Amino acid sequence: MGYRVVVDYDLCESNAICMQVAPDIFEVRDDDFLYLLNETPGDEARERVNESIQRCPKQAISVAEE
Amino acid sequence: MLRREGFDGAITIIGDEPHQPYDRPPLSKQLLAGEWEQDRIALSDDESLQDLGADWRLGRRAAGLDVANRTVTLDDGSTVAADGILIATGARCRELPTNGLDGIYTLRGLDDCLAIRAELEDSPQRVAVVGAGFIGAEVAATARERGLEVTVIEALPVPLGRVLGTEVGTVCADVHRDHGVDLRLGVGVDGFDGHGRVERVNLSDGTSMDADVVVVGIGVIPNTEWLEGSGLELDNGVVCDETCLAAPGIAAAGDVARWPNRLFGEIMRVEHWDNAIAQGQHAALRLLASDDEAQPYAPVPWFWSDQYDRKIQLAGRARPDDEVRIITGSTEERRFAALYGRAGRLVGVLGFNRPRHVMKYRNLIEQGTSFEEAIKIAEQE
Repeated sequence: MGYRVVVDYDLCESNAICMQVAPDIFEVRDDDFLYLLNETPGDEARERVNESIQRCPKQAISVAEE
Repeated sequence: MLRREGFDGAITIIGDEPHQPYDRPPLSKQLLAGEWEQDRIALSDDESLQDLGADWRLGRRAAGLDVANRTVTLDDGSTVAADGILIATGARCRELPTNGLDGIYTLRGLDDCLAIRAELEDSPQRVAVVGAGFIGAEVAATARERGLEVTVIEALPVPLGRVLGTEVGTVCADVHRDHGVDLRLGVGVDGFDGHGRVERVNLSDGTSMDADVVVVGIGVIPNTEWLEGSGLELDNGVVCDETCLAAPGIAAAGDVARWPNRLFGEIMRVEHWDNAIAQGQHAALRLLASDDEAQPYAPVPWFWSDQYDRKIQLAGRARPDDEVRIITGSTEERRFAALYGRAGRLVGVLGFNRPRHVMKYRNLIEQGTSFEEAIKIAEQE
């Protein structure tokens, strides 16, 4: 069973904390928007995804179990 | 964090506010602006709070601490004994004498926010904000976005000059002026006049100005009075060791904690949202760990402030006498990133709408990168 990273772009304020935790998954570019580089980063990245979820100031990140 | 780490003993949570835990940053932003309602700022839903299995004592203040017996006395005289105690009593706003007048506020908690919001919705003629720090700046921005006339009064010649330096502080001032704020710099407040309610603010230069709502944002004081005589060392906060421990079995975290951060070689107290979470987690681990296992807490402090359409972020420790170098963008376009260097080291990065740069250089600060090396990296980008 895998999971998918979900960002609520209405909540996201591009604080880029997630990018600090997991730069291979989240990227805030020069246009100030967050881009999801990998929606399904797999189990090895799960801990970092969880940390990004916890540390997001806007609680804009979640995962959908698949 | 305690539960996540498998702690299954009893947890008692004591808080002087009647509310369940909520998120504070929106209090000067979305909630004050009326964009959000109260339900949006809850930190957890009822179910998750239930799952914690904690004994909540809300609306009760901690009044005393017996360090040797690890016992907290509450304001109703009851006591709670524990193997581990976390001191997280935060800080409260510094206030000005109100001369007994209504209409003068500070902004710290949910009730403050709702009271100020009700005032802003009541179409005041002019809002005076005392202090052009981050809270004052956000309140001013929110009031301007509501179409209100705003005066900001700041004692320093440059807002945030003591934190960000003159060049960047000047940009902060310009951003307010761009948005139609009447900014009075280098002037203090002597007092307030009115009949039952504030009508005028008297300034230290002998002039006065009309205002029917005043918000005072001139810093905070850590809540340590209840610990006086406990034997804990108190000095602008609860003094901890570098693992966040204040005494055996007693840790402190958040705005009230002062500890030596080895990454910066500095004893610091940090009033940021991000630190409240990270240090709270660290302190929880500390209470569960043996002295041998305990880890030092050495983060790069970070915060953000939303003012108008600008997102200002600072990571690290900036001081006015640091070397400051703008590495991308320009102050004219109000979109830039600046690096702060001290004693050859990269110690801070500030971004005006440059979150990507802030996070990148935050990592470099954590790695102990030299200022020269950081500039070189910036030039190659």
